[in-house]
Amino acid sequence: MTTAIAFLLAATFLISVGGLALLIWALANDQFTLGERAASTIFGPDEIGQVEDPATPTAALAEMQRERGELEEASAQQTTVFEARAEADKSSGWPVRWWLASSLVWLVVGSIFGVIASLKLHMPDWLIEDAAMTFGRLRPAHLNVVAYGWASMAGVGVGIWMIPRLFRTELVGGHFAVAGAAIWNIGVAVGTLALLAGFSDGMEWLEFPWPVDIALVTGGALAGVPLVLSLLARRVQHLYVSAWYLLAALIWFPMLFVTGNLPSLFGGVEQSMLNWWYAHNVLGLWLTPLGLAAAYYFIPKIVGSPIYSYGLSLIGFWALALFYSQVGLHHLIGGPVPTWAVTISIVHSVMMVVPVIAVSLNHHMTVANHWRLLLYSPTLRFVTAGAMMYTMASVQGSLESLRAVNAVTHFTHYTVAHAHLGVYGFYSFVMFGAIYFILPRLTGHEWPSPRAIGAHFWLVFLGFIIYFWPLTIGGWLQGLAMLDPARPFMESVTLTEPYLIARSVGGTLMTIGHLIFAGHAWFALYGVGPLREDPALFRSRIAHGPATT
Amino acid sequence: MTRALGIVAGAAMILLFAALMIVVMPSVQLQSASQPPEGLKPYSPLAAEGRQVYISLGCVYCHSQQPRDPSLGPDYERGWGRPSVPGDYAYDSPHLLGTMRTGPDLLNIAVRQPSQDWQLTHLYNPRSVMAWSIMPAYPFLFEHRDEALPDDVVVQLPPDYAPDTGVIVAKADAIALVQYLLELDRTYPVDAIPTAAVDTAGD
Repeated sequence: MTTAIAFLLAATFLISVGGLALLIWALANDQFTLGERAASTIFGPDEIGQVEDPATPTAALAEMQRERGELEEASAQQTTVFEARAEADKSSGWPVRWWLASSLVWLVVGSIFGVIASLKLHMPDWLIEDAAMTFGRLRPAHLNVVAYGWASMAGVGVGIWMIPRLFRTELVGGHFAVAGAAIWNIGVAVGTLALLAGFSDGMEWLEFPWPVDIALVTGGALAGVPLVLSLLARRVQHLYVSAWYLLAALIWFPMLFVTGNLPSLFGGVEQSMLNWWYAHNVLGLWLTPLGLAAAYYFIPKIVGSPIYSYGLSLIGFWALALFYSQVGLHHLIGGPVPTWAVTISIVHSVMMVVPVIAVSLNHHMTVANHWRLLLYSPTLRFVTAGAMMYTMASVQGSLESLRAVNAVTHFTHYTVAHAHLGVYGFYSFVMFGAIYFILPRLTGHEWPSPRAIGAHFWLVFLGFIIYFWPLTIGGWLQGLAMLDPARPFMESVTLTEPYLIARSVGGTLMTIGHLIFAGHAWFALYGVGPLREDPALFRSRIAHGPATT
Repeated sequence: MTRALGIVAGAAMILLFAALMIVVMPSVQLQSASQPPEGLKPYSPLAAEGRQVYISLGCVYCHSQQPRDPSLGPDYERGWGRPSVPGDYAYDSPHLLGTMRTGPDLLNIAVRQPSQDWQLTHLYNPRSVMAWSIMPAYPFLFEHRDEALPDDVVVQLPPDYAPDTGVIVAKADAIALVQYLLELDRTYPVDAIPTAAVDTAGD
């Protein structure tokens, strides 16, 4: 035991020193081109200072630009950039449509499962006649639909849309991604029906039966093809920070998903460690990089200003990779697993503060200089709210992993609230914003109703506050009650009731918001909204119609 | 950064390293520790079937199976049993350690509720035995009959929950599930309770 610890400490030390040496070498040899120039690769010449948000109605966009500062006339050079970008958007149009439209369907389905499951916790005698509608089946159905249906598909769709823009090329091999979307959808649909019918692999986040796993691996691999092909065809020297996250997510997810689903690799306690290594990494190394890639692209793009500090984004990326990959075992604190391994996870959970501060500073400082633009741009409002909740969720997660805090929160609804702060508050908000930005670029039409965008924002924002705070407080009280041997277990159950009801109310508001959003997007995809005057900007007078027709 | 391959390779290496640290290394260490202790018997065939019902109905989403060390909570005082050790799970695949205690820990439920009758009544409608319970009722695991057949297991119900006529009998899934619960007993003595968990708790 002592030898094992000594070995691990020595190994950790050597690896850290090795990593540091590698970093110094890379810096000395200019492997990282940092600074303003690199951060500006997502902008065309003279484009900095120019706001952009296709979800803002044309008139309001003019207003928004005045707020940001007037610009001189567009140069001819700029026109070429816009035309190239319009071509890029056109090339990714169909795969993006497929992945995003599917994700919206799953968002609605998953939310409805979630609301029913939530209601059942305070109405236990409702909908009990059918096994498919029991809480223990709806809950995994909710989780898998929102994780693999909504979150993953939205993230892949947004990723595919960013690829040609990041690599300044057309999307190569887009039809692979269309096929991938079809197979992925079949996988999620069959998997969900299987869970409702009672066929589950039994481990959280890994419930889908093996044929579904094969479908997701195939669909995901097909979606990865255009990323690789476009990467090879790239016409940029420097890879922008969003591309790092996309590339890393591309390699991480298949590694995780395949390992996690390998049959009978382990049993018993060993399996629980694999389970939570997988489950937390799906959040940390799949959804988080996709969400951060989007935030790193859209925030600077909308405010027309490069990211606050490009050097910080580098630290943020590698620190996230190093620390996030080892936090999984904090789900087993106090469990029958080796304490030193759990401690490694706790240490890394706390170290997550490093990338979180780096990323947060970058996002918040970029917005803070132009915060009044939040009044005009729906995309910016969603993405900024998401980025703020990323900071909150991450700091909360670090605290929650400490043994003293974890003793209270571990088996309670507090954890559920925290999980939603991450996947919903951060990730889903960023994806909402990204989709508001992307859809007009796909269709060449504005969003039909700015009012519906506002309704969506306030419903999900207020709904989430009503969801999050009561559940957090209720979960904490539940934990305190369970820790007190003088109070019967019953108390920890009964005291949560009002908080669980509040959660159902919040969840219902969020679901109504999703229905408005999905319906609105449906109309937008059918081109109901007013035609956009030009693909990139209200102010340039380019004579070449909408981005795509 | 300019090298895509560097990013991808670096990212992959880091993840492999993480798997080595928090999955492979502890598993290697546990290889001897997770041998079944003397007191642990494999599940009977019926209980193994019942375990599948437990998985299929998602009991794990509200019930943990891992009593913790006294320093982390009064699990022992609540009668949930001694802290569990890796060997206790030697026959468990998939593992069902759980992460929620919306309901109580079940690793030693057979000791607290050893009666098949009680378990069946509770499954039919938990509120028939504990008014405050928020556990779902599972009527689909039972059948309503005018008269019990010779092999039927009849569920004992208080008047408020009993049908007006006839009897409620348990289906095969209910019998199997209850058998699994009745075999959840890890109260046999074990050599080493991991005291390391005690030293560092609460710091």
